[in-house]
Amino acid sequence: MKAICFYFQIHQPFRLKRYRFFDIGNDHYYYDDFANDDILTRIAHHSYIPAAESLLRMIEDSKGAFRCALSITGTALEQCEQYVPEFVDLLKKLADTGKVEFLAETYAHSLSSLADPEEFAAQVKAHDDKIFELFGVRPKVFRNTELIYCDDLAPQILEMGYKGVITEGAKHILGWKSPNYVYSATSAPKLKMLLKNSKLSDDISFRFSNPEWDAYPLTADKYIDWIANTPADEQIVNLFMNLETFGELQNRDTGIFQFLEALPRFAKERGIDFWTPSEAVSKLKPVGELSIMHPISWADEARDTSAWLGNKLQNEAFNKLYSVAERVRLCDDRRLKQDWYYLQGSDHFFYMATKHMNDGAVHSHFSPYETPFQAFTNYMNVLADFIVRVEEQYPLSIENEELNSLLTTIRNQATEIETLNKEVNSMRKNLEHYNEEHALREKAEEPAKPAAKAPAKKAPAKKAAPAKKAAAKKPAAKKAAK
Amino acid sequence: MKALMFGWEFPPHILGGLGTASYGLTKGMWECGDMDITFVIPKPFGDEDKSFAHIIGASQVPIAWRDVSREYVEQRIGNVMNPDLYFKLRDHIYADFNYMHTNDLGCLEFSGRYPDNLLEEINNYSICAGVIARTIDFDVIHSHDWLTYPAGIHAKQVTGKPLVIHVHATDFDRSRGNVNPTVFGIEKDGMNHADHIITVSNLTRQTVIEKYGIDPAKVTTVHNAVTPLSEEMLNLSVSKPKEKVVTFLGRITMQKGPEYFVEAAAKVLKNNHNVRFVMAGSGDMMDKMILLAAERGIADRFHFPGFQKGKQVYEMLKASDVYVMPSVSEPFGISPLEAMQIGVPSIISKQSGCAEILDNVIKTDYWDIDAMADAINSIITYPAMYNQLREDGLDEVNRITWDKAGAKVIDIYNKVLGR
Repeated sequence: MKAICFYFQIHQPFRLKRYRFFDIGNDHYYYDDFANDDILTRIAHHSYIPAAESLLRMIEDSKGAFRCALSITGTALEQCEQYVPEFVDLLKKLADTGKVEFLAETYAHSLSSLADPEEFAAQVKAHDDKIFELFGVRPKVFRNTELIYCDDLAPQILEMGYKGVITEGAKHILGWKSPNYVYSATSAPKLKMLLKNSKLSDDISFRFSNPEWDAYPLTADKYIDWIANTPADEQIVNLFMNLETFGELQNRDTGIFQFLEALPRFAKERGIDFWTPSEAVSKLKPVGELSIMHPISWADEARDTSAWLGNKLQNEAFNKLYSVAERVRLCDDRRLKQDWYYLQGSDHFFYMATKHMNDGAVHSHFSPYETPFQAFTNYMNVLADFIVRVEEQYPLSIENEELNSLLTTIRNQATEIETLNKEVNSMRKNLEHYNEEHALREKAEEPAKPAAKAPAKKAPAKKAAPAKKAAAKKPAAKKAAK
Repeated sequence: MKALMFGWEFPPHILGGLGTASYGLTKGMWECGDMDITFVIPKPFGDEDKSFAHIIGASQVPIAWRDVSREYVEQRIGNVMNPDLYFKLRDHIYADFNYMHTNDLGCLEFSGRYPDNLLEEINNYSICAGVIARTIDFDVIHSHDWLTYPAGIHAKQVTGKPLVIHVHATDFDRSRGNVNPTVFGIEKDGMNHADHIITVSNLTRQTVIEKYGIDPAKVTTVHNAVTPLSEEMLNLSVSKPKEKVVTFLGRITMQKGPEYFVEAAAKVLKNNHNVRFVMAGSGDMMDKMILLAAERGIADRFHFPGFQKGKQVYEMLKASDVYVMPSVSEPFGISPLEAMQIGVPSIISKQSGCAEILDNVIKTDYWDIDAMADAINSIITYPAMYNQLREDGLDEVNRITWDKAGAKVIDIYNKVLGR
């Protein structure tokens, strides 16, 4: 018994507009709305929407035999909601079939896992909430930005409640081992690992329409044959790719959609199932532990983090960004927090790569900038403005710890005020009770009097006095708090 | 293979980039092996490097017969020419030029610079070329820049050997479009007579094809390179001011776009005070630039140290943090490569030929002062940017060597010779 585990990635960053250094301190809006709208709308119509429709058809036609997983970053979701809401509706439909699993990842497609565990946890949580809000499901399997993974991350991922993690089946990690099994993490043995089958995934996303490839043209039955002919005890083939593969990287007229839609039929003939990642991790036992000392990813030839942190420019920008992480978390300015997320997108660092040859071509294909130096300058200018704004909230002259203690004092005092207020309220109630009782007693004591007008009048007057006292107490409490 | 080259400048006595490029190319071709090069210049000083080419000075070429003794020749011009060659040349005088202003050896005087009677000097140079072409043996003629095209044409007509001309610049670059008709005429004539044309960049190639109407098949680009710096230059020690220094180095003329540098400086200084700007060089727009800097209110941070030469150039670069070349039209532009050799990050205009081969520099449009100011600010503000450009730039520029350019030129020789 074999199964295919499909997972499709959807991500779009908030691209920055041209931001000159003399804009620093003057202009606090950083995004190129026109480009973002333009690119997303184009890709959605060429790829996301037809691909989602294909997936929907495949699920219906196969009566639920076809399953797959999707992972969508928070920044992509926000842009979809803004520019192509019809795609979000399609995603909801996919979610409603129950055959599509949504994966967890960082909200901003950030590299926070490499810099700041607290930030990392916060972003994963934010993403989980967003997915739950839109699709009503909580992710169970985790996929880090660009499939970045190393041993250090495993315990945290497990602690956040995920059963499995998705990463690259990098050759330098696997050696003679096959990616077509479930492994477990050395540093957290309960966490199961699903590894991308690079060869078979790239056959679709990169080689499908290349006429110089010896397997060209690739057909669905040939492809399923390859999978069926893998050694019998290899149970799972993980095919991970960008959803853009369908319609954008591989043009519609290459026949990529027909290829995709034909897969379930041929798979059924050869007795191959489709599983979601969480099915895979719950059904299969790990065959062994995999130790990954240095971070790996699915990008570039090197399959490491050099695509984002490979040169001085990238490291400088990255370190500057995360140097203010703690401060940003302290404040609660919504716009600042939003910019904080958008600026963390790994794409900004990807554009700064100074690689050559094939890798360089990939980097410049995606980059809105002419050169990595332009990308760096623009990003640093924006970041400089952002840091100015953070400093306005919390000046740099105050140490983080001092700031922390001050904030704790303020928070403590807030809770104190709350308890005092509660006390005041209960006192007030007691007083009212007392007054009412008193009134009743007076009534009872003087039943002979013709009307209870006088005491009724008296009571509100009495009430007013202590109420005033309570009100007077409040500002006093506030003053004490300050 | 034997080549006869006509040039105007040769180090160490140079006035612009032409001499540096001619020298580098000749040496690069010699390094490729099996090349015998004779390099003709108007006026040698005797301290030229003769290790890789025979240098002939036009000012020592007799065009009128004088009966002089070997001892006299040895004593008069022995430092720049072998007397045997003088007598050999004297045997090939082809017409009576006694009506001209010849000296005691029957030679013409040359300044070897760019004097007011430049056209006359160009003509005289071509007369001498006729004598040289008749005397020595060679396979191919190679003329560097328009000043030597008439000489090349003359040599070709006398011997029937193929002519290759090397376009280091055109008058369209020098004049921002308002060409001098005489110069244009000489350039066009040279291009028409040439068997092949070498341009220093694709930008220049395009000018030659479009503005001079030359068949594209006849025009090939061979990008310039740089000669590695000597240890002495690399290890120069200079005292740096505590502020960052941004430098413009070159003739202060229309072609070099100095006004854009001043405008960008004003933009940077508005936000960043920890920086000084230097405009080194001289030229017809210098006074205008001093005025402009004063008008923008940045004169206290904007300096004009004047014309720099030899070692001073490298000292100036070494003290800089950024080098800027905002040329409006630059056929190649060797100076950013020199700045990179010293380890100074460079900002160049997209309208310069060297932009075609450089990656580790910042390229902006010459008119885009916002982008230029932004780039300057980025390099002086972010150490990562400075270091990345500096180190990768050094790496890159050290790979741009003259022997590669020389090999390409030799290929072209073989092509015109039908080999």
